[in-house]
Amino acid sequence: MGNKVLMKGNEALAEAAMRCGCRFFFGYPITPQTELAAYMAKKMQKNGGTFLQAESEIAAINMVYGASGAGARVMTSSSSPGISLKQEGISYIAGADLPCLIVNIVRGGPGLGGIQPAQSDYFQATKGGGHGDYHLLVFAPSSVQELADLTSLAFDKADEYRMPAMIMGDGMLGQMMEPVEFKEYVDLKDLPEKPWATTGTQMKRKKNIINSLYLTPEELEELCVKRQERYNKIMETEALYEEIQTEDADLIIVAYGTLARIAMSAVSEARSQGLKVGLIRPITLWPFPAKVFEKRAETSKAFLSVEMSMGQMVEDVKLSVNGKRPVYFYGRTGGMVPQQSAILAEIKKYIKNM
Amino acid sequence: MEKIFDRPHSLSDVVLSYCPGCTHGVVHRLIAEVVDEMGLEGKTIGIAPVGCSVTAYNFFEFDMQEAAHGRAPAVATGIKRVHPDNLVFTYQGDGDLAAIGTAETIHSAARAENITIIFINNTIYGMTGGQMAPTSLVNQVTQTTPYGRKVENQGYPVHVSEMMATIKGACYVERVSVDSIPNIKKTKAAIRKAFECQLAGKGFSLVEILSTCPTNWGMTPVEALDRIRTEMMPEFPLGVYKDCTDEGGVR
Repeated sequence: MGNKVLMKGNEALAEAAMRCGCRFFFGYPITPQTELAAYMAKKMQKNGGTFLQAESEIAAINMVYGASGAGARVMTSSSSPGISLKQEGISYIAGADLPCLIVNIVRGGPGLGGIQPAQSDYFQATKGGGHGDYHLLVFAPSSVQELADLTSLAFDKADEYRMPAMIMGDGMLGQMMEPVEFKEYVDLKDLPEKPWATTGTQMKRKKNIINSLYLTPEELEELCVKRQERYNKIMETEALYEEIQTEDADLIIVAYGTLARIAMSAVSEARSQGLKVGLIRPITLWPFPAKVFEKRAETSKAFLSVEMSMGQMVEDVKLSVNGKRPVYFYGRTGGMVPQQSAILAEIKKYIKNM
Repeated sequence: MEKIFDRPHSLSDVVLSYCPGCTHGVVHRLIAEVVDEMGLEGKTIGIAPVGCSVTAYNFFEFDMQEAAHGRAPAVATGIKRVHPDNLVFTYQGDGDLAAIGTAETIHSAARAENITIIFINNTIYGMTGGQMAPTSLVNQVTQTTPYGRKVENQGYPVHVSEMMATIKGACYVERVSVDSIPNIKKTKAAIRKAFECQLAGKGFSLVEILSTCPTNWGMTPVEALDRIRTEMMPEFPLGVYKDCTDEGGVR
């Protein structure tokens, strides 16, 4: 296209998904991802695809399972309470090695919680959520442009590794309007072939089975071990992050998603006051970019994880820093967003003793 | 010598996992015969449920997906929307379809989803060892109703065909039985009609099949077949509950 358009994050995600070959969307209404489904409902049929409003999040994720097993590039979107309902299906999708995209526009929790921005689903997204040994690829964009770019990447990586991918955003990112440039529509013929899919044998091949049941423990263990080998490769090669002014930083702020932008403005303000502060912004939450923390534990004096939760990603920062440096935490939750001034105050609190 | 009886091609040459006297095997064979006779093996995609038939994906030669408990109609919806010209059917028991999966069952019909549900009603959870099902009869003794299903505690059995017939999107709903040779033939005809209905794009179809569970009923296979006639049929009358095809008339 080559032209920038002004769009809401939720709509940009939907447009990007269709452009990279997603022709099947199954969802259930929930705030604050509403515009995404509404945009899909408006455009998907015109693009020759299916938009279906299911009777529940549970049904929607199982439609995703069926469509993915049938070989389609498929997605669903929801928000925190709805994502909790989808966890059974997500575990089955991971257990059957099926690719798909799940969007979580996170809101405050637990329970019905609230509808304002939050990051309190980090554990659920990165540590399982459903039952069993499995992972999702988890992407955390911080701008509308990155949301569009990562949507396409998430679909490609899901296909490459035959596993579900998740985009984690929040109401801020979903609702904000920013200029965004889209890639051209891909030709569906150019999408990866899926010889494992149930498409009907046409009497030309042996039957395909989509399944996560293995009643022989030796067989199930072997499958989990093989899947783990894939996960290990992903942890080695697929982690994404952005590093800003970390080389000489005494204190490194760690923040992701929209909050990283507020944290960045606090870092700039600190720098203008002569404080040596930098930022690491994980772009993939799983795989977590552990290596950059190993490296920066050698050059910096401390880390400060800033989150819209009671402290979830901070555990991965601590694991990655591995006791070499102190790791502090500052967070607001329940839909409250940390202000730049509050983050700056935290920075000063820790940096004055360095 | 001419061979006059054989295994249907789309029924796999493997040992089934079902108990002696269980009628799952009969119904599997009927499905495979219909698929063969209609020449559909290459374009059929089946969905196995959770329950005794959870490994049904091993028993058919066509493509299969295994669904989470109760979610087969949602999985079938996903598949059918991707491959609208294929034959897509689910195979589900009473616990799967009428308890945990009730919403998926009703709403796939309400959407007039072009899929077929083969519904095995044997009034019990077989796989987990004989618990009360949504279709268990009043006074039926099960592992979780050791003194019988009592109306004041567990209420009444769910009548799936009657309920589904009230839904506009359902095109064809019939309750049949596999207790006798004539009824097995009628069951086969019902399965065929449901598949034809789907291929003609007429909407949702469901065939409810009264079946046995000799193991969990504590009966011999012959006694179990007799129970279908004496206890189940009075509660679950056989017949066509909905038929919106041209030759139908039960609307």
